[in-house]
Amino acid sequence: MTTLLNRERPPVFCPGCSHEKIVRVLDNALQQLGLSGEQVVIVTDIGCAGLFDTFFNTHAFHGLHGRALTYATGLKMADPELTVITIMGDGGLGIGGAHFLSSCRRNLDINLLILNNFNYGMTGGQCSVTTPVEAATSSGFLNQLEPPLDICRIGVAAGAPWVGRAMATDGELSAQIAEAVFYQGFSMIDIWGVCPGRYSKRNKISLKQIEKEMSLLPAASGIVPANERQEFGSHYRSLAAQVQHPGSVSGINSIFSPPVRDRCNILLLGTAGQRINTAGEILCLSAMSAGMHVTQKNDYPITVLRGHSVSEVIFSRSPVGYTGIKKPHIVIALSAEGVARRKNVFSLLDTDSLIIAADNLEIPENNARTIKIDFKALGISTPDRALASLKVLAGEGYAITEEMLYAGLANRFTGKQLNEARSLICKAGQAEKRS
Amino acid sequence: MIRNFIDGNEAIARGAVLAGCQLFAGYPITPATTIYQQMLRLLPAKGGICLQGEDEIASIGFCLGASMAGLKTMTATSGPGISLYSEQISFAIGGEIPLVIVDVQRLGPSTGSATKGADGDIQFMRWGCSGGLPVIVLAPVDVGDCFTLTMHAFNLAEKYRCPVFIASNKEIGMTCESIDLDSLATPEPLTREYCPSGQSYLPFKVESAAMVPSFLPIGGNRLVRQTSSTHGPEGYITADTEIIGVAIDRLEKKLVTAVDNFTFFELDSDPRAETLLIVYGVTARAAKTAVEQIRNGGKEISLLILKTLYPVPEDFLKRCLSKAKRVVVVEMNLGQYVREIERLVDEQPVIHYGRMDGELICPETIREVIGL
Repeated sequence: MTTLLNRERPPVFCPGCSHEKIVRVLDNALQQLGLSGEQVVIVTDIGCAGLFDTFFNTHAFHGLHGRALTYATGLKMADPELTVITIMGDGGLGIGGAHFLSSCRRNLDINLLILNNFNYGMTGGQCSVTTPVEAATSSGFLNQLEPPLDICRIGVAAGAPWVGRAMATDGELSAQIAEAVFYQGFSMIDIWGVCPGRYSKRNKISLKQIEKEMSLLPAASGIVPANERQEFGSHYRSLAAQVQHPGSVSGINSIFSPPVRDRCNILLLGTAGQRINTAGEILCLSAMSAGMHVTQKNDYPITVLRGHSVSEVIFSRSPVGYTGIKKPHIVIALSAEGVARRKNVFSLLDTDSLIIAADNLEIPENNARTIKIDFKALGISTPDRALASLKVLAGEGYAITEEMLYAGLANRFTGKQLNEARSLICKAGQAEKRS
Repeated sequence: MIRNFIDGNEAIARGAVLAGCQLFAGYPITPATTIYQQMLRLLPAKGGICLQGEDEIASIGFCLGASMAGLKTMTATSGPGISLYSEQISFAIGGEIPLVIVDVQRLGPSTGSATKGADGDIQFMRWGCSGGLPVIVLAPVDVGDCFTLTMHAFNLAEKYRCPVFIASNKEIGMTCESIDLDSLATPEPLTREYCPSGQSYLPFKVESAAMVPSFLPIGGNRLVRQTSSTHGPEGYITADTEIIGVAIDRLEKKLVTAVDNFTFFELDSDPRAETLLIVYGVTARAAKTAVEQIRNGGKEISLLILKTLYPVPEDFLKRCLSKAKRVVVVEMNLGQYVREIERLVDEQPVIHYGRMDGELICPETIREVIGL
């Protein structure tokens, strides 16, 4: 095979830098795999390791510090045939820690080479997440405070199925890289080397000594059996293939004439569990069955299953402009929490306004006409009260008619749910007679 | 008549799918989450990809990678997420990577109020990343705009190879509305044009007349170089200030000189009116009502609803402003887009009203500000 090295762009690393050796080793590995430049993308981030992509005649993607794995993920998901090799230093590993953990856990078929030289070389030799506490760095005493990470142990803990560690000078490194790249899943190699420009200037340390330190750590040399599982991309595609398309948005046909003159503002005030939002939606669908323009917005706490639930619904014969409700025409009040949330609107209601309220509820002073419903006597449970109120509203012929309400229900529910909603409406009809 | 009942976020998702979006990646955040949820319903079923990143930085990073492999991509978030996108956005600008970014704005500052609306990110979308080069920002007014402007956003991202923002708002994104989607005028989706085969390819070379380099995907049979560093036509990092200067000048000019081709607006002009009301986003809805009320009262007023906020369509705005004796700008922040208007008027007074407390600006307030 021919080399993939870019003859026009020879490496420019400081004399003696391990990175330069790794450039040749990687080229060797790609040749062993028989890959052409068009089949490979080298993704890099910032720092000396970030220069790597320029030394190869492959596709190249050079991005932000620590974010190389994010681009690699997008590239591989978009083009599963592409061989994606990501190169980061120990600096990028630290700042991009979340992406490293996620990539190990995700198991997309990406290869990561960590060029670990124990410091931030390009910016002047500051400490990184792999700097030993006894090392001298341009970060003063700071590196004495935080012990170095064992990247391989973290990779294994996070779920990487292929984890290796090697010296940049290891004669087997190119074979190891080739094996990692060939592996169908996330593979990573922690490659230790020297930084003659920065780290080795302050720390009289030889490759032999570094090698000795490495030997004190647990070995990492390939497949992690406990972490082997289906590769993310193929798993994703097999699960996605089973997703049913939800179809297009169903349209509402306009078949009735509306009882609303111009604009009608409706407030539904209740509590989580009363199906306030659903009732608001059915109101809108009912109005749309008479060709009305509608808007709906809901207000409820970030935590659900408790607290207020408020729905603001607007009908209009012309397109709805302002979507706020300063003064409602109709208030459906079903709980104290809901009423408290909009307590200020009641004093604005005039004699043309209508309140439909649960009969045990205290309503702030107002001039509106009020219909009280004894839900308990009617045997209507909490989740059905908002829907039942719509029937009372329809009975008034004020904003919607009964036929509009039935059309609204049919647009929202099907089958058993629709039948239940219809019999609830019949039951609520009793309320009209009693009120 | 048949109408649909959907909210702005669903309209954006549906518009994106119709525009040919192939990969969506996002991270949950109120009030933008339902765009991600809708994309998860819609995209995989059509053979597309929907991913949840470990954070916002990863989500937009996935989009950048996939876009360079040739896919149409979109991400969606709110203000706090845009902050995390920032560095990746400037990469998309400099690397000329097509991408649609939705900002469903919520009330800030910081984590602010997740469920309250605002237009507090308007200048942030334009200036919130290093380098200060332009992006395209489109501002929808309602559900219909969410649908159509998203489709335009994809086409603009393709045509100009740049990130395009949709400046939505909680009050649009999470408000359901009746809309006849079929009646909307939608653009024909553009297919990304590849450099013709047989030609040698340099990733950032532009032909003399064009302002935008032709595209080839990473992974194709001609090598592509993408880089976040300053670069020449070959895509290699360079320190040559002459090459850098030419490239950066082009990044500015390719959008600023083209804005007339994508200036979206609604102008309701009364030739007798002395007052021009300028609004954008959800505030335009109240403005329309206010203008109607003013006219019903026998007074004259002109209304401009601007939907292309950036690059600022300066020539167009100057033409509109030249006919007005005074200008009123109303917006859901404490004074952001008014800065652009103030620098474009001749001598006319510019009256500003801003509100940013989670409440919509109502028609009565707008009338009070205008005084008609």
